[in-house]
Parts: sequence; C-alpha cells; structure tokens
Amino acid sequence: MNDGSMKAPVTGGGAGGSWEHYVDDRPYPDPAAADAPATRFDANASTGRLMLRRFLRHRLAVLGALFLGLSYLSLPFVDFLAPYGANERDVEHLYAPPQGVHLFHDGQFIGPFVYPTTGRPDLKDYRWRYETDDSRPMPLQFLCPGAPYRFLGLVESRVRLVCPPPGASLHLLGTDRLGRDMLSRLAIGAQLSLTVGLLGIAVSFAIGITLGGMAGYFGGWIDAGVQRLSEILKSLPELPLWLALSAAVPAQWSPVTVFLCISVILGLLDWPSLARAVRSRFLALREEDFVMAAELMGASPARIIRRHLLPNFASHLLASATLSIPAMILGETALSFLGLGLRPPATSWGVMLNDAQNLMAVETYPWVSLPMLPVILVVLSFNFFGDGLRDALDPYHGD
Amino acid sequence: MLRFILHRLLVMVPTLFVVSMLIFIVINLPPGDYLSNQIAELRATGQEAGLAKAEFLRHEYALDRPLAEQYLIWIGVWPGPNGFHGLLQGDLGWSFEFNKPVAAVVGETLWFTVILNLAAVLFVYLVSFPLGALAAIRANSWVDYLAAAVGYIGLATPNFLLALILLYYGQKWLGLPIGGLVDAQYEDQPLSWAKAGSVLEHLIIPTIVIGLSGTAAMVRRLRANLLDELGKPYVVTAKAKGVPPLRRLTRYPLRMALNPFVSDIGSLLPSLVSGSVLISVVLSLPTIGPALLEALRAQDIFLSGFILMFISLLVLVGMLVSDIALALLDPRIRLGKARKAQS
Repeated sequence: MNDGSMKAPVTGGGAGGSWEHYVDDRPYPDPAAADAPATRFDANASTGRLMLRRFLRHRLAVLGALFLGLSYLSLPFVDFLAPYGANERDVEHLYAPPQGVHLFHDGQFIGPFVYPTTGRPDLKDYRWRYETDDSRPMPLQFLCPGAPYRFLGLVESRVRLVCPPPGASLHLLGTDRLGRDMLSRLAIGAQLSLTVGLLGIAVSFAIGITLGGMAGYFGGWIDAGVQRLSEILKSLPELPLWLALSAAVPAQWSPVTVFLCISVILGLLDWPSLARAVRSRFLALREEDFVMAAELMGASPARIIRRHLLPNFASHLLASATLSIPAMILGETALSFLGLGLRPPATSWGVMLNDAQNLMAVETYPWVSLPMLPVILVVLSFNFFGDGLRDALDPYHGD
Repeated sequence: MLRFILHRLLVMVPTLFVVSMLIFIVINLPPGDYLSNQIAELRATGQEAGLAKAEFLRHEYALDRPLAEQYLIWIGVWPGPNGFHGLLQGDLGWSFEFNKPVAAVVGETLWFTVILNLAAVLFVYLVSFPLGALAAIRANSWVDYLAAAVGYIGLATPNFLLALILLYYGQKWLGLPIGGLVDAQYEDQPLSWAKAGSVLEHLIIPTIVIGLSGTAAMVRRLRANLLDELGKPYVVTAKAKGVPPLRRLTRYPLRMALNPFVSDIGSLLPSLVSGSVLISVVLSLPTIGPALLEALRAQDIFLSGFILMFISLLVLVGMLVSDIALALLDPRIRLGKARKAQS
C-alpha cells in the first residue's frame, strides 16, 4: 500500500460525511490482460494444441507412440544395427541359447564382452547342449565389418554397429534351427512385418474413401450398391478369404512381389468399415452450407469431396486407420505361419513363427517362439496409440 | 414377427448369390486348374493311362467350359453334362485331391465345425456378459483393470500362438488332451456319456482360444454401453426414489446395454469363424479348417469352394438368428423393420 504508485489519500465527500481511501493509478482494465479471458485459460489455445495436450495425458498412448516411432524410424538402419545377416548361418551354433553380454570379468572391468560357447549334440535327450567357457572373455567389436548388406537397398556396405569377436558368437536371443541369429532376424523381419500393415491400410484407404465418398456424396443406386457390397464383405470371415486369395499368388514370384501381393490382399477385405464411416460423415456434411456454396460456385464433385469434405474428417480417418493396422499385422503373421503368406527367404515375424509350429522345438528351445513378443508389443502399441488418438482428436468433447 | 423373419430370409437369397459369385471368382484366381495340372504332369511322366480318366473328369465337371458357365453349373441353375447337378440340388461336386465326392470328404467335419463355433459363441457371451457388467459397475476397480488387461492380451496375441501356449501348459499342468476331437479309445465307439465328456474336454482349449479376442471386444463394448446408461438421469431418479441397487441395475440400464451386445454378433461371428479355421489347423481339429487349407494349396476348387460357401452360410445364418433375437428383445427394431419392409 505504501509503494510509490499510490497517490496521496483521496478525500471524498458525500452524504455520509468524508473518509479517506486509496486508488491505484494503474490503468484499469489492465490492457495486457484484456486479451485473455480469465474464465478458461484454454479458450484461445489452437485445436492442435488442445489435441496434443489431451493426447499427452493418455500415458499408454504416448508410450505406444514412442515405441512405434522408434521402431519405424529404425527400420532403414536395421541391417546396420543387427550383428548378423537375416539368412547368415552359424553352423557351429544350431539352436544356441541366448547369450549374455558381460562387463566385468573376475571383478575387473573390461567393457562389453561375451564368453565363447561350444555346442555338442546330446544324443540321449536328442538335443543340442551348449557349454560356456567362463575363463576367456572376448570383447565385442564395434563399427566393424560384418556380412555385407545393401543400405536402403542401394549402397553396398559391410559396416555393422556391433560384431561378434573373432572365434566367438554373439547370439543375444539365441539361434534357430539353421543357426541363424534370432535377434538379427527379428530386427530384419520387422521391415516386412511393420510395413505390410501400412501398405495394406493404404490400399484399404484408397478403396474405402473412393467408394464411401461416392456412396455418401451421390446417394441413390451407387449408395445402395456400395452399402450392400460392404455389408456382404463385412459378413464374410476374413481369414479363409485371405487364405484363398494368397493361395492364388504363384509360388515362383519373387519375395518382393509376393510381399506386395499379400499387402494388397490384406487391404482388399478391410475397406468396408472404413467406407461406411466415410459415407455416414459425408451424408452429414453434404447438407452443410459450405458445400452448397462450393456447389453454387461451380466446384466439381471431385473437388468438393477432396477440398471441402475430406479435410473435415481426415483426423477421424487417421485414428481408425491406426486401429486397423494391428489386424493386418496379425493377418500377415497368421498367413505366413500357415505357409501361405510370405515365404522364405523373405524374413518376417510370421515366417519366423512358422518354426514355432513344432511344439517339441518350443519345449526344448523356447527362444524360437520369441517373435511373438514384438508382435504383441506392436499390436498393443497400435491399439493404445489409436485409442489415445481417437480421444485426442475430439478435444472439445467429454473429458 | 413372421413377416420380419420372412423379409430377412428373402434378403439372404441375393446375398448368398453374390457371395457364391465372389467365392467362385476367388477360387478360380490361381492360373490353371487341378486337372490340367494333373494332365500336364501325367503327360510329362508318360503315364498315358491316367490321362483318359483326367480328361473324363474334366468333361464330367465341365472344367472345359467358359468360367461363367462353370459357375452357373456349379450353383446348379444351368444344365451340366448330366443335367442340373449343383449346390442347389445338393451335389457338392468332386474333390480331385482326395478322389472322393466333396460330401464324403467334409462329411462329419461340418457338424464339428458348427459345434465348435457354437461353443465359442456361448463362451464369449457367458464370459463377457458378467465380466463386462462387473467392469462397468465397478469401474476403475481391480475387476475393471483385470478385465482390461485380459482383454488387451486377448486382442494382441496372435491366436494361433495362444493356442500353442495353452495347449502346451494345459497338457503339462492340467492334463488336458492335445489335439483331435476325442480320445483315441472312443474313436469308433457309438455316442455315450463318456465319449461326450471326452469331446467336451477336447473342446476346452479351442473354445477359449477362439473366443478370447471376441470376448475382449465384447467386454469393452458392454462396459462402455453400460457406463453410458448408468450415467443417465433416470438412474439417478431411480436411486433418489429408493430403488435397491440390484433392481436399479437390472431393470433398465442392463436391458438397454444388452441391445448392442446382441447386435454385435454381426462383427463377432466372422472373426470367430476365421479363428476357428486357423485354430483347427494349428490344433489339428477335425473341422473343415484343415481340409480348406489342403484344398486351397492343391487348387481343389470344388472342395475349397464348398467349404468357403459353408463358412459364409454359417455366418449369415448366425446373423439371421441374432437379428431375430434382437427383434424379440427390442420392439423398436421389430416395428421399424416391419414398417420398412411393408413400404
């Protein structure tokens, strides 16, 4: 009260006599605060900001997004990150168990190293047994030449992040029936397993948006036809049809072609629910005034759909896409597991799980079924991410 | 009500027609057919004796005619070499791979397919109804979280792997039987209580595996619906008027939430049937799943075509039943649909 901004007491007068009071001479209302309504501090935050804030509150979704982001970003570099090639065989180590990386040997720090292992067939139990030689630590090598690969399919390279020390092996997650490194195969298999969903969803989107948009915009017999077709397709069991379609892919085609075909097949049956969502949104939006305005200005149907209608629910589509990718990833896994999807030498998680069909192998060498872990993690992440996205994209609704 | 059922039955006819067309196109997608492959192989190996039979079969089953004609003969609306002999007349065609009529190949497996899927549907409803309701009533309690956790696992684990895992641990810890439909000792026995028990025991794992992801989805759906209903003013009114908790729950909110629960069978059934095909292959159950895989690999088109048709029919009939159940449950649908059918 006694700082310099206060004037001397003002003496007022009135019917009740006179009294002293103090007046702050700073302007009122405060011009700096005038812009911001005091009631809701969020009121002028942009929609994007609200979405982000809401998304970040969904902790599992953030976790899923981080995991997926990391996985997808590392896809181009998996060859560099993996210690072995996908089809590189280590005949000395068939069905070798996971090896640990150690830092200390006899209480002494020597950096990351492995102990060499030697395998011998156990003819009594009819399985491989491995013995670890604890006396010879073998330090790992970094940025070293390994099996050659093509970076991004273009540049030939041999440099890998980490290689096994000469004379020892580095099978962090063990090896499979043919002595191929599980970790490297998991990493390289991710390239196909993770992209098959993206390609599939692209196909499904192209069909779903086109048909759904046409049905919703034009109505009439186009609408009826698309509706019936999508109803029928929705009522058919997916997997048997996927099986039938992928059985039609000739066996002699190259792995890349087969991969593309499988993605298209996965996408071919997925569009009906998308088309229905697009259609219902179109039906609602078609009645809006801005569509009428665009029509009166002579915009073509294609332009109206593309420029005015689609952006209105693109975010909604994004969320539903995120939620249907896991089904495709699981679909690829199932098809390859049955031997009708991707085929060796292509490497994907489903192809790897094909080896896990043998219950005996799974019992004696449980690490063979490891590829199920990334499948579960990726599918869960997509589900959480999609859930979070769906909630966040509607920031003005609910809490 | 009768009119409603009739209307739904009539709608099924064109649907089945389109489905059969789609299936016929799909099974004919691979280049060549079983018989021409066989004929080429016989020629290459110089076995002229088999040639005549293959050529005869080729003519007998009209594989030498244009595709459209083949289709019409297959469904039985066009005269084939021996007059009308198609699906509509009950002739399922010849399985080249097994060298038997299709009807003899699939035979009993059809029944088991139906039983397995029925068991899975029952499992889904019996488990997801109490679990979903509990999860909604006790939202954000341990029951809710447990249901969510089980749901996510069911959703994310590839079900063929789940089958293998459950099979392995079920056998190891609980002594549940591995694979097949009955114990070997009952194989050719007439039906008895002991045999039925053995069948039930064999059904446990497949049913759980097939039903799990569907259960997960159903629990989530029921929980969301019931939570919506429970937040409505009429529930508050009921509470204010002193309606006891259980009655307050079952009287209206549960009935309202039940509606989408029943109609959801439309999306549940296809995935269940898909799952049953896959699981049957993994667990070697005597359903049509393994036969389908075999037929698709060998381009045995009549066998795979019929199996795909049967699976689709199973789903469509299931949906019909669910529609009728829904109409019985909810007069609004019954009347609305009937009015639409009349107009």
